[in-house]
Amino acid sequence: MRKETWRELTIGTINLNAGNSVDNLTGTWRSGRKPEFRPENCIHCFFCWLYCPHLAIRVEGEKVVGINYDYCTGCGLCAEECPTKEKAIVMVPEEIKLAERGK
Amino acid sequence: MKTLKPLNGNQTIAEAARQIDPDVVAAYPITPSTAIVETIAQFKADGLIKGEFVCPESEHSAMSVCIGAAAAGGRVMTATSAQGLALMWEMLYIAAGLRLPIVAAIVNRALSAPINIHGDHSDTMGARDSGWIQIYSENCQEAYDNFIQAFRIAEHPDVRTPVLVGLDGFVISHSTEIIQVEDDEEVQRFVGEYLPVYPLLDTSRRFTVGSIDFTDYYFEHKRSQIEGIENSPRVIEQVGQEFGQKFGRYYSFFEPYRLDDAELAIVVMSSAAGTCKDAIDELREEGLKIGLLKPRVFRPFPHEKIAEALKDKLAVAVLDRASSPGAFGAPLFTEIRSALYDYERRPKIINYIYGLGGRDIKIEHFKEVAQNLVRIATTGKIESYVGYLNLRE
Repeated sequence: MRKETWRELTIGTINLNAGNSVDNLTGTWRSGRKPEFRPENCIHCFFCWLYCPHLAIRVEGEKVVGINYDYCTGCGLCAEECPTKEKAIVMVPEEIKLAERGK
Repeated sequence: MKTLKPLNGNQTIAEAARQIDPDVVAAYPITPSTAIVETIAQFKADGLIKGEFVCPESEHSAMSVCIGAAAAGGRVMTATSAQGLALMWEMLYIAAGLRLPIVAAIVNRALSAPINIHGDHSDTMGARDSGWIQIYSENCQEAYDNFIQAFRIAEHPDVRTPVLVGLDGFVISHSTEIIQVEDDEEVQRFVGEYLPVYPLLDTSRRFTVGSIDFTDYYFEHKRSQIEGIENSPRVIEQVGQEFGQKFGRYYSFFEPYRLDDAELAIVVMSSAAGTCKDAIDELREEGLKIGLLKPRVFRPFPHEKIAEALKDKLAVAVLDRASSPGAFGAPLFTEIRSALYDYERRPKIINYIYGLGGRDIKIEHFKEVAQNLVRIATTGKIESYVGYLNLRE
């Protein structure tokens, strides 16, 4: 994507394209581990959704359905906060495939 | 109706603030600028101003309130001194970076340690790279006039940059002068209605203020910010002229005093320039061709104009009411010396640091400077580039 020159920018860091943080795929920051969703253990308490700093918990209707790896940074907060005895989210090793990263 | 009133520096700023009546005044009192904040609070309590008065828990918060209010679309001002300005430091850069036209009256005072409440310029000189326009005042009248003009300069569409107006602690802030207070409506008409560019309170448009910039955009945004202050000289000049046409007192980047035919020159800002004028008069009577250049605008620094005014002098002494420990001279000196670099014929130039912590500077001290300038002009030799005036050696 072409980036603006300084003359083309709107005054004072005003960003007229509000909400463009979706363009920033924070999932590319993930390093070495990722959360794995285990639906059979999920009680849909939404703790993971509440704690996720990157809104990377996928929800459909009123159910947690998985992880959006485009934005998941692999921080592990969701797995940490998952309250069930048998965790519905566990951190698992992830092989880094640089070629698949980013756009 | 325009009236002559006996007011001290703090009262003149408060009086201008009453006339302009910004949407938000957010300030935390600190000596010697307390009376500005106190008087505005009293105006609010007495129903003389419509704007909001906010007294937060610190100067950092005061500037934060100013930033929020300005981003929301308000005309905003504050006042502080010394440690207060130092505590605002982080937010000063944000105000400038977000291009918010906030106006601040800074009653110049020494920075601790050692703790001291008296006037010097170490506070605003510490903020010189924050991106704010800096205008300095010699007396109460100039403080009043500069403060009114500051809103026009800050809010100009090509500038949109915060402005601070400096006035010396106690010497100006607490000294009463008879000043010309202009008619309320005339001042309001001069300042005009404020039209914010992207007010956050405008919910019809969707935009973000102050989002994160990484390596891809920070540099471009900084360059864009610099353009605002670089556009300001013509606006400062235009506003100073318009102010003169309307109220009879004209302003530019600096004031020359008996400078045109002078062979020697002293450069000094703010209240000390008043004393210096008397010294120049006495020295002229003694037959010395000496003049004064009193800078008014320090940021943006009018390097070309100042260099043009000084280039043909034989010797120049730049007096700084601030130190820059470890630097080759204090801020005003380094600016002026650098400005003269490209001239093949240029004056010998020296620096004096004076008046730290409110130390007096009297006519005799300017005469001491003049004697040194005569010696340098005669011998062509500089014994010391940086001296200290009225210091016990």
